[in-house]
Amino acid sequence: MFETADQIFVLLKHWLVGLLPMALQPVAGVVLSVAAIVCFFPALFALTTVFERKGLGRIQNRIGPNRTGPFGILQPVADGIKSLTKEDIVPLSADGAVHFLAPVVLVVAVFMGFAVLPMGRNMVLADMDAGLLFYFAIGASTELSVFMAGWSSRNKYSLMGAMRAVAQMISYEVALLLSSVAVVMISGSLSLTKIVEAQNHYSYGLPHWYIFTPWGLAGFVMYAIATTAETNRSPFDLPEGESELVAGYHTEYSGFKFALFFLGEYLAMFSISGLGTTLFLGGWTAPFSFLTWVPSWFWFFSKLMMSIFVFIWLRGTLPRLRQDQLMNFAWKFVLPMCLLNLLVAGLWRFMGDGWLRWVICSAILVAAYVGLGWEEMRRMHIGARSYRYAE
Amino acid sequence: MSFAFYLIAALTVAGALAAVLLKNTVHCALALTVAFAGLAFLFLQLDAQFVGFAQILVYIGAVAILVVFAILLTRGSETPKDGGIFSRTWLVGLAVAAAVFAMLGWAVLQSVAGLPRATPEPTVTVGDIGVALMGRYVLPLEIVALLLTAALIGAVIVAMHEKEGSK
Amino acid sequence: MTPLTGYLLVAALLFAIGLAGALTRRNAILVLIGIELMLNAANLNFIAFWRYGPHPEALTGMMFAIFSIAVAAAEAAVGLGLVIAIHRHTHTTDLDQINRMKG
Repeated sequence: MFETADQIFVLLKHWLVGLLPMALQPVAGVVLSVAAIVCFFPALFALTTVFERKGLGRIQNRIGPNRTGPFGILQPVADGIKSLTKEDIVPLSADGAVHFLAPVVLVVAVFMGFAVLPMGRNMVLADMDAGLLFYFAIGASTELSVFMAGWSSRNKYSLMGAMRAVAQMISYEVALLLSSVAVVMISGSLSLTKIVEAQNHYSYGLPHWYIFTPWGLAGFVMYAIATTAETNRSPFDLPEGESELVAGYHTEYSGFKFALFFLGEYLAMFSISGLGTTLFLGGWTAPFSFLTWVPSWFWFFSKLMMSIFVFIWLRGTLPRLRQDQLMNFAWKFVLPMCLLNLLVAGLWRFMGDGWLRWVICSAILVAAYVGLGWEEMRRMHIGARSYRYAE
Repeated sequence: MSFAFYLIAALTVAGALAAVLLKNTVHCALALTVAFAGLAFLFLQLDAQFVGFAQILVYIGAVAILVVFAILLTRGSETPKDGGIFSRTWLVGLAVAAAVFAMLGWAVLQSVAGLPRATPEPTVTVGDIGVALMGRYVLPLEIVALLLTAALIGAVIVAMHEKEGSK
Repeated sequence: MTPLTGYLLVAALLFAIGLAGALTRRNAILVLIGIELMLNAANLNFIAFWRYGPHPEALTGMMFAIFSIAVAAAEAAVGLGLVIAIHRHTHTTDLDQINRMKG
């Protein structure tokens, strides 16, 4: 019975495909999976917008939207109607074709990333041998769409926002790739299904997720920082900071195109959190060995929603980083830590089982963290606080 | 020759033509990105998955963005004042390119008889590539690593602002 | 026409277009774009011969293409850095005007 619940979506898909004639079946299978992803994740996006506004409201000691429907649940419906019926204003001197294509490229690239995520046992759309590489290749295309949006608007603020966003995204992309390479090294494959399979073991009831190893924890922290920066979320949201740059690279977008940018940003957040859970948190595996009867897709999506909750929490709590602080942090702290993490992961692999590798690997990582941190603090010349008053 | 090949090849050639013919430099860079994407699809059609994805990651994700940043930093999107986007000797350049294409095309079509007909699909996994990189090709790998480090440092030094006192 | 011939002709065409762009445009960055097109055309040649060659398990063509991609990225970075440095000095990227050695 539990296997049926676990594989319920797969069985449903097989049944639906079986209703069609033989010639159409392969195509129908793919179309059905794609339709499921295209319908489900935007619905999750709608739910997340309410979740975020209520969550941010509570963190900021206010209630958040509560007018539309009970507890503001119908807020995304209202937002959707608003953005679909707003006038689509395009500046006169804007570059028409590029201005139109930028949100399209973003949304297409982000949707393609969902194809390689294993959302449950046997629930991958495209089980590719180089799945992780495909995901990062597609993610690199989103930077181009950000630039297209900023440049085509012929607006100084948009262009500045776009250049800042692209600089930030390429800096943190290196950190993203390096922290994933440590996982690839240990699991021995670029295929996401094999990475999840490598974490699907339990000892004394606890899972072998990579986050429970020293290099995995450091890697996960670097990955989390890099994803927050890649998706332009607070505290790295200078490119779209409302108080800084009007709205950054999507200043000149209104109506449905702005909704597409919004959708693209949140979907990017989902897919990159999904990748993070696959790489470090064990994907669809259960946290304890006595809980493996719960369906695998339930674990995947609950870990995904927990990551989203952490994103919302960070947004409400931390102040924004300035552009130079952000870039300094990327190149002088995160990148050396990621490189050291690779070394530590290699040491972990070759030291064999036992308590010694835990001690040595943790010691190296802690020493590096403290050392790099001291270096950064010294450079910043933090002295006694001084105040200036208006005369 | 499948329809997909013709379509992707047409897209790539159209992107390349747009990249060298358009007036606005940023449009040229974006057309170049289309050409890169078309080439990545061609690689995927040739069952070279790793190279195809690496092409997207490196060329579209890095080189295209570099080109675009360079255009913005040198204000290249302004059209030149005395008109003309092609240099004075454009005819010679075009003739040379046409001659090169004619020669290459003739060489390819001439040797049709000697080219292999069809081979079975190669089953190359990323693991094989990794083993080859660490086994037979480890020396080029290390040299490329040194080259990339040198290029990184060199590009930063060349493009850095000079210190005011050294003028 | 075999599939291999098709790919080789496309590669030759891309090479010629890149060469034409590198030889005729005035903007220095567009010359670099032409050079990138030429390198890509050569990569396509390598992969086509790898696929339709007698020993695809030797991976030679694929390895060459991978290294070529890495080297091309490095060369694009250095080249664009040079263009930016020259622009800072002469305030132009027009190759017809940068025709003297004297600064």
